[in-house]
Amino acid sequence: MRSGFDVIIIGGGVVGCAIARELSRYRLKIGLLEKNLDVGYETSGRNTGVCHGGFAYDVGTWKAKLCLEGNRIMGDVARELSFPFKRCGKVLVGNTQEDYNRLLEVIRQGEAIGVTGLSMIDDAELHRLIPGVVGNFAMLSETSGILDPFQMTIALAENAVQNGASFFFGQEVTGIRREGDAYVITTPKETFVTRWVVNSAGLSCGKISDMLGLTGYRVIYSKDDYILLDQRLGREVSMPIYTVPSNTYMGIHVTVTTDGNLLLGPTAQDTEDNAYYGVEQKNLDFLYKAAMDIWPHFTKGDYIRTYSGILPKWADEEGRIQDFKMEIVDDVAPRAVNLVGIESPGLTASVAIARHVIGMMREREAFPERADFNPVRKGIRRFAEMTAEEQAEAIRENPDYGELICRCQKVTRAEILQAIHNPLGVSTVTGVKYRTRAMMGRCQGGYCQMRITRMLEEERGLAPQEITYAREGSQMLYGLVREEAHHVEA
Amino acid sequence: MSKLDVLIVGGGPAGLAAAVRLYEAGIRDILIVEREKTLGGILRQCIHDGFGLTRFGESLSGPEYARRFIERVKELGIPYLTDAAVTEITPERAVTVVTREGLMVYHPRAVALTMGCRERTRGALAIPGERPAGVYTAGVAQAYINLYNRMPAREVIILGSGDIGMIMARRLTLEGAHVQAVYEVLPYPSGLPRNVLQCLDDYDIPLYLSHTVTCIHGDRRLEGVTISRVDEKLRPIPGTEEYHSCDTLILSVGLIPENELSLNAGVELDPHTKGADVDEHYQTSVPGVFAAGNVLHVHDLVDFVSQEAEALALAVGRYLTEEGFAEGTREIACGRGVRYTVPQRITGKEEFTLSLRVAAPMKDVTIVVRQGDAVIGKKKMKKALPAEMIRMKVSPVEGDGELEVRVDD
Repeated sequence: MRSGFDVIIIGGGVVGCAIARELSRYRLKIGLLEKNLDVGYETSGRNTGVCHGGFAYDVGTWKAKLCLEGNRIMGDVARELSFPFKRCGKVLVGNTQEDYNRLLEVIRQGEAIGVTGLSMIDDAELHRLIPGVVGNFAMLSETSGILDPFQMTIALAENAVQNGASFFFGQEVTGIRREGDAYVITTPKETFVTRWVVNSAGLSCGKISDMLGLTGYRVIYSKDDYILLDQRLGREVSMPIYTVPSNTYMGIHVTVTTDGNLLLGPTAQDTEDNAYYGVEQKNLDFLYKAAMDIWPHFTKGDYIRTYSGILPKWADEEGRIQDFKMEIVDDVAPRAVNLVGIESPGLTASVAIARHVIGMMREREAFPERADFNPVRKGIRRFAEMTAEEQAEAIRENPDYGELICRCQKVTRAEILQAIHNPLGVSTVTGVKYRTRAMMGRCQGGYCQMRITRMLEEERGLAPQEITYAREGSQMLYGLVREEAHHVEA
Repeated sequence: MSKLDVLIVGGGPAGLAAAVRLYEAGIRDILIVEREKTLGGILRQCIHDGFGLTRFGESLSGPEYARRFIERVKELGIPYLTDAAVTEITPERAVTVVTREGLMVYHPRAVALTMGCRERTRGALAIPGERPAGVYTAGVAQAYINLYNRMPAREVIILGSGDIGMIMARRLTLEGAHVQAVYEVLPYPSGLPRNVLQCLDDYDIPLYLSHTVTCIHGDRRLEGVTISRVDEKLRPIPGTEEYHSCDTLILSVGLIPENELSLNAGVELDPHTKGADVDEHYQTSVPGVFAAGNVLHVHDLVDFVSQEAEALALAVGRYLTEEGFAEGTREIACGRGVRYTVPQRITGKEEFTLSLRVAAPMKDVTIVVRQGDAVIGKKKMKKALPAEMIRMKVSPVEGDGELEVRVDD
């Protein structure tokens, strides 16, 4: 039994990690339980990585308000925590009079929310911004941007750990009960005792809400399939390209990532299964066609990966999607923060959500501030992003920067070592991947994965059969081929 | 900036052969840059035999074949760097090399691109389904077993009848894994007939043509795959899906010349070969930058890689020493039945070796090279397979007639 926690956060998505980070400003014993082996493994790591402007949500909703606030502070947060973020703007392209009117409506709605930097641009301006785009005009949102969702989630988590929070992986919450003033939270591995509990379980928010006695929420799921394209193409697209949104679907986007890949998606389909991430052929076909309509400068030969993500949405009886639910119901579950239906724009809004939620907690209890809170987290310095002079200097200081492990993303041994010895203690292969970009390029680890699994064995003292790709049980190797083989230096 | 006559990017079979031949031709100020700890390239992990039949008249393993060149490089004292990665080549031929000792920029008079190729992945094919562990390209599985002594598989299905896929079917079987079958989307095998015989037939591993994987199952380790038959346009036929349980899917679905550095240098690529567009001197669209081996077009035999690299070496030698070394600008058109040719263009002034692949399996055909009305090259073939690269000598004649290669009945 692990006791004495002031706060246990259930769920290591971007919102849970943001809450952990913002709570670590106070003198509290904080724990975060995550059922996967790393943070950001579900909804937070499986999306477009767009930092939304906030114009797409109904006036007066939390989605609108917290997205706007999250967008406003994103630059500062990214600087403090060293994750990639670029306020590059985005366009919604249109062709017909109907599109034009709809976009004017979007601008009116955005301005009512308080979004700035929205304007209509003509054909010439649109093609000056993105030469290859198909469209007659567009709405430009200057405050929109792109960020790396893995890096953001990891950065928040690492900064929380730096400031004293503890993260526990492979811990799926199976029960919550109250004993006096405490909550006793059980997982198949351990029991945690805490005064406060936060439900930021994302796709499992309904289940955890029920465990807290806050029943009656209907959570539905929407699945998005995506295609990731070669980095070469990203150079030609300066900002995300969206189509004119309908009331229910934001439409297909051609998005550029902070790493310069192009991303086609999403597909937005209702699904019953909130844990099935399989990509469907018909969706890939749809994405190809739909993306060709707005940016016809790629081929199937540019594909490097497909993936999907699932969003949890709180819906009413008629299936109408509701706002973010953020509540503390004192008479049913005191000191329990319940978050339901945190979907898009949850990534943009995450830090704003965290601050709002902590405000709700502090209305009920005074949290003493820590004098030694350090808001700055330094990430892994990327060789690929250094100038030639910086590269030479980095190799002089640490020769591991002179040994390239992942060729296509130019990731060095020094970076892989830092990722293997990450502050969260994650030891999966995807843990290295999301922290360094190794294996994310066009050969998808064809050149470097053997080196990386060997480094994981050596550095973490793992047997070959203990090397885990991503989820628990995702075993990569079945042991040695021969017991006393003398392996060739590869 | 260090000056050099020739910098060779990659110490695999192409780079080694080019270096030796350059040295023998009197070009001594050369440097091989190899990213691995040892020279030899992909041959290091190809421990099966069958290499060298054309060149040495005997069947060698990959490491044995490589050793013959490596020993020669060492005997001659040809300079080479290992653990050294080329990270950039500019159009002006400034080559950045990163090692643990530091970052160096070379400015050679000529660059030989001999980087080899990489494998097509599951992501590039966009196979639907989940993303479990246990989906490996054949080369990765081969590296794990032969270089790293790690067993990646137990119950195996192989997609693609490329040579490495078939060789891995045998290798995995020998190491105790069970290979259920090899599935090939095309109506004929992608790899060499001898590998179908020696790697599949001899081990009772069935090969199913016109089949593909249409879904991958499992969110931890692979649990199984859905296999479908495909129609003549290679589209899966609805209703033919069959689920097969397995823990490993090996992909042998094509090789792609590794040309990121070439693109970086401004080299133009041929969309069919995915390698550089070259003339008969193997010179790319960037003057002083040459390419040969699998980086130029994917070969089925290493013997031809060595030959091609040696031809490159002789051309580089001439480039460095001859006044007015000509650049080939006359394009060779791919006519009926021809998928691609290398070179793609010629000077028209000298005899050259033409490499080509046919678009589909054919019997009793003649490969004909025409220049205007004149036939300048001809090769009769009982059997022409896309898996087998065809090489023939061609002698251009005077005059500026259009060049075309085609397959005649």
